Formats: sequence, C-alpha cells, structure tokens
Amino acid sequence: MNEFLDKHSDEVSRIIGLYPEGERRSAVMPLLHLAQREGGYVTKRAIEEIGEIAGMSSTEVVSIIGFYTLYHDQPGGRYRFQVCTDLPCALRGAEEFLQSLCGNLGIRVGETTADGLFCLEEVTCLAGCHRAPMFQVQGDGEITYHENQTVETAMALVDELRKHSVDHSAKASEEGR
Amino acid sequence: MSELILLRHHEIADLNRLSVYREHGGFKVFENIVKGAMEPATLLNEVKSSGLRGRGGAGFPTGLKWSFLPNNIWPHYVVANADESEPGTFKDREILESNPFQFLEGLMIASYAVGAAMSVVYLRGEFYQIQKNLDRQIGELREAGLLGENLFGSNYSLKLITHLGAGAYICGEETALLESIEGKLGQPRLRPPFPAVAGLYNKPTVINNVETLTNLPPIIEHGAAWYRSFGTEKSPGVKIFSLSGCVNKPGNYELPFGVTFRELIFNYGGGLPEGRKVKAIMAAGASSTLIAADDKALDTPMDYESVQNELGAPLGSASVIILDDSVNMAWLVNKTSHFFKHESCGKCTPCREGTYWMTQITDRIVHGKAGKKDVDLLNDVARQMQGKCLCALGEFATMAVVSGIEKFRADFENRQGVEIHG
Repeated sequence: MNEFLDKHSDEVSRIIGLYPEGERRSAVMPLLHLAQREGGYVTKRAIEEIGEIAGMSSTEVVSIIGFYTLYHDQPGGRYRFQVCTDLPCALRGAEEFLQSLCGNLGIRVGETTADGLFCLEEVTCLAGCHRAPMFQVQGDGEITYHENQTVETAMALVDELRKHSVDHSAKASEEGR
Repeated sequence: MSELILLRHHEIADLNRLSVYREHGGFKVFENIVKGAMEPATLLNEVKSSGLRGRGGAGFPTGLKWSFLPNNIWPHYVVANADESEPGTFKDREILESNPFQFLEGLMIASYAVGAAMSVVYLRGEFYQIQKNLDRQIGELREAGLLGENLFGSNYSLKLITHLGAGAYICGEETALLESIEGKLGQPRLRPPFPAVAGLYNKPTVINNVETLTNLPPIIEHGAAWYRSFGTEKSPGVKIFSLSGCVNKPGNYELPFGVTFRELIFNYGGGLPEGRKVKAIMAAGASSTLIAADDKALDTPMDYESVQNELGAPLGSASVIILDDSVNMAWLVNKTSHFFKHESCGKCTPCREGTYWMTQITDRIVHGKAGKKDVDLLNDVARQMQGKCLCALGEFATMAVVSGIEKFRADFENRQGVEIHG
C-alpha cells in the first residue's frame, strides 16, 4: 500500500500527466515538493513511496534530495528564514543584517529557536539583489520573498508568524475537543 | 527611446492580466502565424535577420540555434530557461512577475517555429510563487483557446508545462537543466550530442532564456529591420541590464546595446553614494572578469563585442555589479569562490576540487592567515582549472580570481593578522 499515493491521488495523477507517456521519473521533483508541503521535510516513508511512483530506488530519491538545496530530509524550524549573503546583497549590508537577526532570535546560523518555529539559513543568490537585504521564508508549504528588509521588519514578521502559529494551534486543540 | 519593448509593464498597468495584455495587441502575432500568415521557415528567417542573440549570457544567435534541429527526428521540444540564479541577475524574474504573457507568447512563437507540440518552462525552485501564477496563466490561455489542440482550426497543437527546480545554480546550464526535468541530478552532460539533436528525453530541443523569448512577439510584429534600429550592428536590439552593488538606484534598466557603463551607472543608476568612486565593475554577475573602472572602461559601450574586445571581459547576461573604492577584491573573490564551491555539481574533478581549494586559500587571505606564496598558489589553482572543466561553471569560478589578482594584487597581499572586510 502506498499511503502517499492514496492521500494525494488526484494531485499525483495530475503531475504524472504533465510529462510524456513513459517519463514518470520527471515527476520526482514535483512529488518531493508536494511531500514537503506538510511538515516541511520529506519523511523516510514518503521517500520510498515517491520512489515507487516515479520508478526509482529510494537511494536515487535520496540523492535528489541531497543535491537540491530546497529539499530537506530532516525536520527543521517550521519557518526557514533563508537570507541571501551573496556578493550583491553583501554590498548592501546583508551580512550585518543576518548577524543582527541571529542576535534578535538568539540563535546562530543553522540553528532553530527553542520553540521549533524558526531557523536561520545563509543561502546563495535569490535574484533579489536590487532589494537587499532580503530573504525568503520556506514554511507551511510555501516560499515567500521578503525584500528591502531591516531587522525591525524581519522581526515584525517573526512576531506575526509566531502569533499565527499560536492561534493556529489554539484553534486546532479547540477543534480537537 | 520612448517606448519599452520588454519591460512594458512600466508603461502599462496590470499588463500581467491576460485581458490587459490582449487589449494591447497581445497574442495577435501568435494567432496570425498559426493561422498561416507566416510559415515556420519564414519565421525562422525573420528571427535570424533580426540578429537576436541569447540573453542568458552566451549571446548565441537565436535563429541559428533553432536551425540546428533536425527535421527527421521528432518530437521537438522548446524549454524556457527561467533558472535565473547568477548573483546580480534579476531580470527574468521581473519579466515573469510583471509581463508574463509576452514571455509566454514568445515561448509559443518559438514552439511553433520549431514544430514543438510541448514546451517546458524550467523555473528555479525559489520561484515558487511565480510557478503558481504561471500555471494559472497557462490555464487562462487554454480557456481562451490560445493553447490546446488544433489551434485556430489549424493542425497545430501546443501544450505548456512548468517544472520547478529546487535550488541549484548549475541547472541554468542547459544540459543540467534537461537532466533536472528528467528527474535526475542537475549535472551537465557530455557534448556532443548537443541538445539540438539529443536534448530533452533524447529528442531535439531548443533551450532559450526568458528574456530572449520575450523579444520575439515585438520582433515578429514589427519586423527584423525595426528591431535592428536599436543597438549596434553586431549586438542588435535592447537588453535588460540588472544593475546592483554600490549604486544609489539598483534595478533593471531596459536600454539599447551600446549604452556605456557611465551612462548606466550615472544617468540611470543614480550614481554612487556621496564621496565614493567606482573601483571595479563586474559585467556578468559573479562569473565576471573584473574590470578596473578607469575612464576608458566607463566610456566603453555595453555590447558583446566592445566589452570583450576593449576590456577583455564578457558581457554575459549584463548583470552589472558596481564595486566602489571601499571594496577589497580579496574579500570579493572569497565571496564568489564560496558561491561557486557551493554550486559546483561535483561531477568533474577540476571544478569540484578547484573551487574547494580556492575557498580554503581565500579564507586564509581574508582572515590574515595567508603565507607568502598563497596569492600565487590561488592564481595557480584557478589557472589550472581553466579549460579543463566539463561545463562553464568551473571556468566562471576562476574569472574573478585571475582578473582580481592581475588587476588588484595589492588587495590580496598578505597582511598577517589583519582581517579583511567588505
């Protein structure tokens, strides 16, 4: 039984249907994006099941996850703040921005806050060089861009996301009762 | 030039809505050619005559690239390269966000020209929101009868799909990009065979950059002669210059080829912050040969030939990064080396090992821990890589290193115990 396929059968057929007949392997990347939408990383079980759908071994799927930086096979913060510090951004203060963000969140680059909500990552160019400092947030199945940032605007976003996650879990526990 | 050709959304509000794009003549060209106004061969000749060259960096003539597809192997594919990942480049993103239908129409024209019934937009993984929008826009085109089976009653059918990458600069290299669509690691293929003969799924494939494709609707609408009225003899037309770094107004500027660096920086980019001077220029993003910014360089016209012949530096994707007199070039080279080490796909040894050693040596230099011979060693590692890598990434990784040491050696000279900052 393939739980991933059962759960997402419509979306899986849509994805496979995009590519020519007999080219199921092309579906592996969109399937991994789909798997990562929940929980923010690809579970071991999903790796096996996606391999089954795309006609690949688990090892091949794992190598795809390892090669491409946006895929994760380990849980991280619910929101990954990915700050670009490449040359054009660095010329506009991105490195200092990242350091102050570390200070404000009380974590170092690569670490996750104690509540499990935020992690800070240093990434390569995101095609937002003219609006640096900038970062993207990978989380809740989305990627969103945040440009022309200051530490104040970034921390305001942190507060907003924190509030959102509290409301969300309060609502979930209420519904659970 | 009063009217923009590519960044038309600066002049027309809501151009990213299909109704608005159509009100301004959108998809007329595509409809007319599919209805028989222009045979694919005529279309190809028009693009050849326009002198349009690939905007992704290589500057290869677009029409010529199309003409390499053999007519005895089918199906043909067109792939739009929207993997824009070169540090300093953010032009395709603006087109995709703000003038997407002109890009899509260009892709559809290219597809018709080479007889492709399916074409793919390959987007870098970070363009997640753009993919969502493009998928919706492609759906709108299907509903409007602009995509699908037997278009306008002809026997031509076309399907467009988007394929989202997941974070890998190397996928901008066209054969790595094809591997990625096929669900493999994004590592470049050995060539030959070239994609024109054996590309996507081993079939003849044209790969064009987003900006290149966006030029097509106006070229076909107004003709090759009109297009050639912009730019220079060998670099005809307009280019989007992505301007970043130490300037007051970084951003995308659509200008004819041949505008000088000085005009771009001071007339459009608002110059440098008070008291700062231009020290160096990178014309092709992180892959640039560093240009020392003297008067001669500043007055050089930005077209493929002039920048290469007069300054010895490729214009590439025209991602112009301005470095002012506070920037240390060893620091800069440390930055670019770390970028290329991170993005090296690991397939060929000179690139995988060379980029690693360049980060090690430049780390020592910027942390004030370099030995007397480290600058020469760095230069040697870079030169040993040149001409030996499987694809251009390895070559690109050496450009700033070699030119930086050649032109700004004092910036690299060891200062024991002194840290170098940007």
